[in-house]
Parts: sequence; structure tokens; C-alpha cells
Amino acid sequence: MELTFYIAAAVATIATILTITRYNIIHALLYLVVSFLAVAVVFFTLGAPFMAALEIIIYAGAIVVLIIFVIMMLNLTHEDVDKEKAWLTPRVWVGPAILSLVLLAELAYIILAPDTQPTEALVAVDARVVGMSLYGPYMLGVQLCGILLMAGIVGAYHLGRQKKKVVHRFLQPKEGRSAAI
Amino acid sequence: MENLLWLIPALPFLGALLLILFGTRLSRSLVAILGVGSVAVSAIITILLGIEFLQNRPEFYHQEVWQWFNVAGFTPSIAFHIDALSIVFVFVITFVGALIHFYATAYMADDQDYSRFFACMNLFVGSMLMLVMADNLLLLYLGWEGVGLCSYLLIGFWYKEPENGYAARKAFLITRVGDTAMAIGLFMLFQAFGTLHIQTILTEAPQAWSVGSQMAIIVALLLLGGAVGKSGQLPLQTWLPDAMAGPTPVSALIHAATMVTAGVYLIARMYVIFELAPLAQTIVAIVGAVTLLLAGFSALTQYDLKRVLAYSTISQIGYMFLALGVGAWSAGIFHFMIHGFFKALLFLCAGAIIMALHHEQDMRKMGGLRHKMPIVYWTFLIGAASLAALPLITAGFYSKDQILWYALAGENGSIWFYLAGLFGAFITSIYTFRMVFITFFGESKTHLEHPPGKVITIPLIILAILSLVGGFIELPHNFAHIILFSNLMAPVLPGIVANEVLAANEWMFQLIAAIVSLGGVFVAYLFYIKSPALLASIERSDFAMTLHRFWHSGWGFDALYDALIVRPYVFISRLNKRDFIDSFYTGLARMAEGFHVMFSETQNGVLRNYVAGIVVGAIMILTISLFL
Amino acid sequence: MTPAHMEAALLLAGVLFMLGLISVLIRRNIIFMLISVEIMLNAAGLAFIVAGSKWVQPDGQVMFIFILTMAAAEVSVGLALILQIYHQLKTLDSDAANLMKG
Repeated sequence: MELTFYIAAAVATIATILTITRYNIIHALLYLVVSFLAVAVVFFTLGAPFMAALEIIIYAGAIVVLIIFVIMMLNLTHEDVDKEKAWLTPRVWVGPAILSLVLLAELAYIILAPDTQPTEALVAVDARVVGMSLYGPYMLGVQLCGILLMAGIVGAYHLGRQKKKVVHRFLQPKEGRSAAI
Repeated sequence: MENLLWLIPALPFLGALLLILFGTRLSRSLVAILGVGSVAVSAIITILLGIEFLQNRPEFYHQEVWQWFNVAGFTPSIAFHIDALSIVFVFVITFVGALIHFYATAYMADDQDYSRFFACMNLFVGSMLMLVMADNLLLLYLGWEGVGLCSYLLIGFWYKEPENGYAARKAFLITRVGDTAMAIGLFMLFQAFGTLHIQTILTEAPQAWSVGSQMAIIVALLLLGGAVGKSGQLPLQTWLPDAMAGPTPVSALIHAATMVTAGVYLIARMYVIFELAPLAQTIVAIVGAVTLLLAGFSALTQYDLKRVLAYSTISQIGYMFLALGVGAWSAGIFHFMIHGFFKALLFLCAGAIIMALHHEQDMRKMGGLRHKMPIVYWTFLIGAASLAALPLITAGFYSKDQILWYALAGENGSIWFYLAGLFGAFITSIYTFRMVFITFFGESKTHLEHPPGKVITIPLIILAILSLVGGFIELPHNFAHIILFSNLMAPVLPGIVANEVLAANEWMFQLIAAIVSLGGVFVAYLFYIKSPALLASIERSDFAMTLHRFWHSGWGFDALYDALIVRPYVFISRLNKRDFIDSFYTGLARMAEGFHVMFSETQNGVLRNYVAGIVVGAIMILTISLFL
Repeated sequence: MTPAHMEAALLLAGVLFMLGLISVLIRRNIIFMLISVEIMLNAAGLAFIVAGSKWVQPDGQVMFIFILTMAAAEVSVGLALILQIYHQLKTLDSDAANLMKG
């Protein structure tokens, strides 16, 4: 079990590193799927099998597929890959990497600090208990999630609709500048 | 009846409110009904109240409407207190006010801002009533400032002429000087007594302060400052002649009959304070005596009909101050009432003349109006006779004679006050009849356009009758000894005892006063009817011309203040054009602007930078929480 | 499950979060930014699961479900926005959408 966890963690980390270094979006997405699958395994080792299934179905399945659909709608070409290459110079990495490492160091410091709470043996929290909890004390949260999804649907429909380009008249670019924007 | 007290000021306020809110949408006749009606109903209530008051002779009527506010134990009320002193003022304000409103419906008939005029007038009457009916000094001060505001609004009524706006501002600012002094006086009173309730102060003051104590003198002088500003007395008198820029009914109501006498009311109301400060009271008398002479001389030289009347108002209020100063409280108030009648009458007559002659105010262009406007002529003559205090028949004689008598024979009287008053009476009668002779006699110079209608003449006749018979309620001791007015005042204001040695010869002094006033008429007759050449020859001399110019400009007070106050002030403000204190605040603004430029750089529209900002913030918060 | 294992799982969540964060900070392509945000959300969900399993409580998993729901809604709206941006600006460069700059 422990070995499984460490292998899955290594896979997840490597796959994520590969995801964020790709120039081609489709490649990046494929590595992302691998990363999600690895995280699903981690969930499994942590005793949350139902969550592992959800991770695969929704993250690796629905969300990635959705992004791929959109990418297909955008007609991306080699030019975009080249552009991505041009944008991702090593210099760009320095600042964000330092910031993130500092943050990571602080998190690690907090996580690795001596823990007074004794850890109990691994007991799987099965989906039944989760369901009872969801429809018990978290009823309000579930309803709010419903509203959020509703808003997501309406928002996506409204924003995604192809309509005449409406820019406020004051913001309308002048003829000469339109190329720049 | 006591429960209806609040209606007296409330009705004019209601009229003003309605006219302000709906005035432009109402028809002219409705505006007139509202404007005149509100004041007229107030007058009727006042008369009914007065009759009841005279029958029952209570010490006072009191009505508390509501508590105004309550701050740290200071609880002034909206409460009305009517005693003999205030009822006289309320009567003059509402009754004369109603007549003037009625007159104004004709006078202002062609004006575009008909409703604005009546709104301001009603507001004025309401404020003035609040001033005289207030039971505490704070409410009095509210009314005091209210009438100042209305005075400003009405002097500048025809605001399209820049001079009118200038006159309005001048009146407002100069009276503000006095008001500030008065406000400080009120603060000191509050500090000393912990209340501004008038009756409480009046009863507690003699216990708290001994006669001649420094505190009493300072407070009395500060109150005098307020009174002097409002009443156009030396040294704050310069605004009143310029205030004639307003419509004539305004001059009649505000700048002759009511508002300018608010100072008289204030001093009489707070008489205890002044009795505790004999020095201040003497100063009141001196101010009155000097003012009545200076204003009298200035009135001699004016050509503008209304300015003559304005200076004569200053002069007559000077008499009232003189009376208050020598302790003849009742005489001062009596003269106020009579003056309210005849000066309103004179102003309204002047208004009728001015209207008939197409807004011509220069007396030199008038003349021979005696036959063209007989009613105006006769009423004006009665008013003038009352002003000049022609003996026996006019009310002015009785009121002024009383002041002159007490100026000499009263406890605080002196021969100098008497001589000043007497000489003032002589000048008064000269300039009054100079005005009559120039305006109504001689050959006609202008064409008469609008003969005055009934609306104009009815108030004139009523006021003329009052100017004649008003005096008979208070006759000298050696005539008929009718002292209705003094009796009325007795519970409120202390009486005055005349010097017994002089009292035996009172008739002699009355004779002197009569001769002086008739002498003045004769001098005017001599110069303006009999032999104008004599006057012309005098006027040609250099000295006379210089003097004339000097008097004409009101003793050069305007120029003096200009040189002493206005110019240095303008000079300093010019020096400090780039306000150095302001530069500190400009610096603050600059700094804010700099930060704005700096921070707007961060709003560069690059999403990654925003995210980086969030991350840096998260790191900082985390770091702080780790190390604390 | 040992404590070390638990801490390792939390560290994994931290590392994944950092990687997503670096990606958000370096990328200009707006789709990549969206993907990075997904990585970060997933890492946060992982942290919840770890916490839930440490205390043997269902709440961690409940929170993960909520995060999942939010991620789904966010992706749908985000993608719609990306489509709009692409139609308006003809590019996926997030720096081009800077009309609101100060």
C-alpha cells in the first residue's frame, strides 16, 4: 500500500511537471490525464475509493474532454505551438519558481512540524458515510452546489453564444489600432 | 387663547412653506391670498390675544410647543413667552406687517417673482415673530438670524442688478459682525447660568452679579454689539442706507418698522443685565445720541427719497437707544411702536410716489405732487408731522417728548443727552419738511403714470390714523396724565422717576421741544419755499460743499471702513494668494496623486502579475503567521 | 497508515499546488492558465482527502465533492469566456485582454 502510494505520487509529480512544460496543449492535456489518474490512485491508498472514481470520471473524463472540445473549436495550428515556445523562455521561469518554492518551503515546514495528534490506523471512509454526511449536515452545501452548477450552465450558455461583437462605443478601437488588439 | 400662541408665528411660516413649494404653480391672486392671509390671520389672533391680555392682565402667557433638543443638560424649548413687552412687538409686526403685505399685492403686481417675494416676506414675519416671542435666547437667536437671512434675500430681491446684490451682501456681512458679538454674549450667559431661558437669567442675574461687575459689563456690551448691528446704530450703521435697494414694502416692513428695532427689543428684554452694568447702559445712551445726530445730518443732504427715510430710521432708532440708555425703558418701546406706524406710513407713501413716477427715487425730479396725489400727500404729511414731532396732534410728539424729558430728568439723564436729542429733533423736522416741500410743492417735473389705487391708499389711511391717535394712550403728566402704555409695561420693565426739581417745570421743556420742531419746519419752509436763492448761495461756498459731500456719504464711514478694514484685508489676501497653509494640503493631494500614478502602473492588465501579487500576499501572510 | 505516509501525501498536495502555481505564473496562453488552475484545485482537493482520512471523517470527502462541483462549473464558464476572448481578440494571449488596465 505504501509503495503504491509513493509510486503514484512520483507519477503524479512527474506527469504534472511534464504537463506544465509542454508547448502543445494536447500533449499537456494527455499528461494531465496521467496526473489525475495518479492522484486517483493516491486517493485509493488514502482510503477514499469513491473519490478516486469521481476523480477519474469528472477530472480525467469530463473536464479534460471539455477542454479538448474547446481546443478543437479554436483551430490551433503549429504557429500556436511556436508562439508558446517563444513565450516560454527560461527567464520567465525564474521569478515564479522562486515564489513557489518559498511558498512550498513554508508549507513543508508547517506539514513536517512535530504533530501532537496521534494518527489513527487507516480506516476507509466508505461512500455510504459520505453520502449520509452530504445529505445530512451538508444539505445546504449540496443545494448551493446545485445553484452553482445552474449558474455555470446559464453563464456558459450566455457567454458562449456567438453574437455580434459588442464593445462599448467608447472602447471601440480606432481603425488603425484594431490590428494591435 | 393661550393655546393659540404657536399659531401666530406658525401661520406665516406655513404661508412661506406653501409659497416656496408651490408658489410658481399658483395663480397670482392665490399667491396674494396666501401671502397676505397668513399674516392677516396672525394679526387677528394677535389682536384677540391682546384684548384678552388687556382684560385679564396676566403677567405673561407661556406655551411650550416642544423641546428643541437636549444636550448635556442644555434643554432649550420651542416655547413662546408673551408679556407686555413682546405683545407690543407682536402687534406691530403682525398688524403693520399685514398692512404692508396688503399694500405689496399692488406694489409688486407687475413683478415676475411675485410668489418669491411673498414667500420671503412671510418667512420674515415668521422669523421676526419667533424672535420676539421666544422664551429662550437660543430661539431668539434663531429668529434673529432668520430675519437677517430674509433681509438679505429681500434687499437683493432684484438680484439682476449687481448693486442690489452688493447692498444685500453688505447688509448681511455688517450685521454678521454684531451677530457674532451677540453669539459670544450668549455663550458667556450660558456659561454663567447654565441656561438661556430668558426669565431664569433675568431673575438669577442680580444674585450672581453685583452692579457694575466686569462680567455683566462684558455681556451687556456684547449684547449691545448685536443690537447695534441689527438696528443700524453707530458704528455698524452703514448697511441700512444701502439696504434701500430692496422693494419699498421691504424697506417699510424690515428696514423701518420691525427688524431694525430688534436691537431695541433685545436690550429691553435683557434690561436686567444692562441695569447691572451702568457703564454699558451709558454707552447705549451715547451710541443712541451720537447716532441720531450723525444720521440726522446725513439725512439733510440726501436726494434719494428712500435714503432720507433710511437715515431718519437710523436717527429715530437712535432715540430709542437713547431712551433705553437713560433707563426710560417704556418710553423707548413706546417710541418704537409709534415709529413703526409713521415710518411704515412714510415708506409706503414713498413707495406710492416711486411707483407713480416709474421707479424714480430722486427727489429733485419730483415736485408739485400735492394736487396729483392728494391722499398720498395728506397721509405723507401726517407721517412727516409725526416724524417731526409737531406738537399736540401727532403721536410722534408724545413719544419723542417723553424720551427728551427723561433724557434730561431721568436718573441717568444728563443735559448733554437732552441737548443732543433736542438738536436732533430740530434737524429731524428740517429734513422731514425739506422732503415734503421738495416732493409735493413747487412745480411739477414729471408725468404721473399710475395714480395709486385703493389697495395702496387703504393701508396709508389706516397707518395715518394710527400715527395721529397712537400717541393719546400715553400723555405727559401735566396734560391729562394718561399712562396706559406705561401701566402696560410696568410689570415687565422698571419705571423711571423724574427729577423732582425739573418736574415742576416740565411744561417749559415741552414748550421748548414744540418750538424746536416748529422752528425746524420754519427753516425748511424758508429754504425750500420762500427763498431758495438763500439756500443756493449758502451751498455755493466751498465749506458748505465739502460738508455736504461729507454728510451725503454718511460721514465717510464707508470710506473709513474701506480704508481700515476692506483694503488691508484685500491686501493681505492678495499677499496670501498662494495660500501657504494650503500648500501643505496641496502637498497631500500631490502625494496621493503620485501614489495613484504608482499604483495604476500595477493595474497593467496582465493577469499573471495579478496572480503574482496574490502569491506574494499569501507568502507574506503565511510568513507572518509562522513567525508570530 | 503511518504518519510519514500522511505527511508525504500532504507534501504531494503542496508540490502539485506549486507546480500549478508556477504554470499559472509563467503561461500567457489562457487555456494553459485554466489547466493550471485545475491542477491547483485538484491539489487542494487532495489535501482535503488527506485531512479527512487522517481523522476518519467524511467531511474531507464531502469538501472534495464540492471542489469537484466548483471545478466543473468554473471550467464551463471559463471555457465560454475563452471562446469569447478568442472571438473578440483573435488570440489566446491573456496579455492582450488588457482593456481594463489603469
